[in-house]
Amino acid sequence: MKKILNIFIIVFFLQVLSLNVFAGSDGTVELNNKSSNIGKSSEVKDCFETVNRGVFAFNQGLDKVFFKPIAKGYRYLPKPIRSGTSNALNNLSNVVTIPNNILQGQFIDAGINVLRFSINTTLGIAGIFDVASYYGLNKLDKEDYGQTLGTWGVKEGCYFVLPVLGPTTVRDTLGSLVNFSGGDAWYNVTISNDTRYFENSDYYYSRLTAGVDFRAKNLEAFESLEKNSIDLYASVRSLYLQDRIRKIENSSEITETMNDDDWEEIDTQ
Amino acid sequence: MTKSKILIFFLVLTFFTNSLLAKEPSKLIDEIVNEASIILSSSDPVESKIIKLNNIAETNVDIDGIGMYTLGKYRKILSENEKIKYKKLFKSYFLKSFSSRLVDYSDPKITVVSEKKINEKYTIVSTVLEETSKNPEIKIDWRIYTKNPERPLIRDLIVEGLSLARTQKEEFNSIIQNNDGDINYLFKSLEEFIIK
Repeated sequence: MKKILNIFIIVFFLQVLSLNVFAGSDGTVELNNKSSNIGKSSEVKDCFETVNRGVFAFNQGLDKVFFKPIAKGYRYLPKPIRSGTSNALNNLSNVVTIPNNILQGQFIDAGINVLRFSINTTLGIAGIFDVASYYGLNKLDKEDYGQTLGTWGVKEGCYFVLPVLGPTTVRDTLGSLVNFSGGDAWYNVTISNDTRYFENSDYYYSRLTAGVDFRAKNLEAFESLEKNSIDLYASVRSLYLQDRIRKIENSSEITETMNDDDWEEIDTQ
Repeated sequence: MTKSKILIFFLVLTFFTNSLLAKEPSKLIDEIVNEASIILSSSDPVESKIIKLNNIAETNVDIDGIGMYTLGKYRKILSENEKIKYKKLFKSYFLKSFSSRLVDYSDPKITVVSEKKINEKYTIVSTVLEETSKNPEIKIDWRIYTKNPERPLIRDLIVEGLSLARTQKEEFNSIIQNNDGDINYLFKSLEEFIIK
């Protein structure tokens, strides 16, 4: 029972990290997924939309009373503290990124991340200072098991919204579960195994802080989205799915890979 | 012989004139960004800033094109009257949304990083919104419609890889789908947003 509770809490924090606290969607979205279906449009179904919309509203309420105020307070901390926290959390995320680099065949990236992790953990004092960038080893994109499954051709499955956890797909949820089955070294040393050095709470604090850090960095972006959307639920779903495709592609070239059929028909000049 | 010389002369002249008139997409973005920056950092009242920002958008953004794109498959079933109504509503919606997003920034610093021509019709201009004490650095790509090189127009903004036009299209399609394909519900939602 304790383990199930742990897993629930951890899934929560992982989701908070991914796009968080907003949730929701509707109907069916068509997105061009190059990795799994070159040139074709793949459909991501929004399962249980009515329920999802209800959960989305609940999550928004929770964000309003909990995450947003904390994120606002976090913003008052001096910038060096926020940067140091962000650096340390990024450094910690390498323990999931590195195995996923290898699983996706990105061996050079894996090597760079191993070096970055080693340098920043030691010389950078637990990752607080990004010393590796100073030596020319620039930060690379994060990878997770959901992205790895996507790279292997696993489709998204249903899009759905979890209470508290926010938007996700079947594939991304399965990916998150790999973390608790030995795929996340930080989880292994804090929760799975009894070590003298770390407590369970270390893991939860790190995840919660990462969620707050992410929310604080995006306060204005979320506010603008809320203010300018006529169907916020659909906007958040679209952004979530676009973001996941972009991360799986590991490319900033999404602008070129998106399905342009609709644009081609529109001739205004 | 004289006729062919005249013809060649005009062809060469046309070529050079077109080259001179063609506007580089990155230059367009540079100009827009500078113009917007001056407006936003001025001490003008908010209403005046909004009017000026909207003028920039009307001149440089393909509002009708974006409007049609965001309708997706539903644009094919609209009657002419509905199209006219939609274009009018969308323009008001777009301008309100555009100025509302920008007016919160006091002095955004955007730098053009690179320009990549995808094909004759499109060029992507990559820019960076500089880091502030509140926000991290943000990558913004501008999708520029260059079919008429003399008058390039913005068709999409891709913020950190996320397309605003695509997001809006899926939002609009969601509203129509959830109301049995009735376009009037979208009109109603747009009207509500405009008068809000």
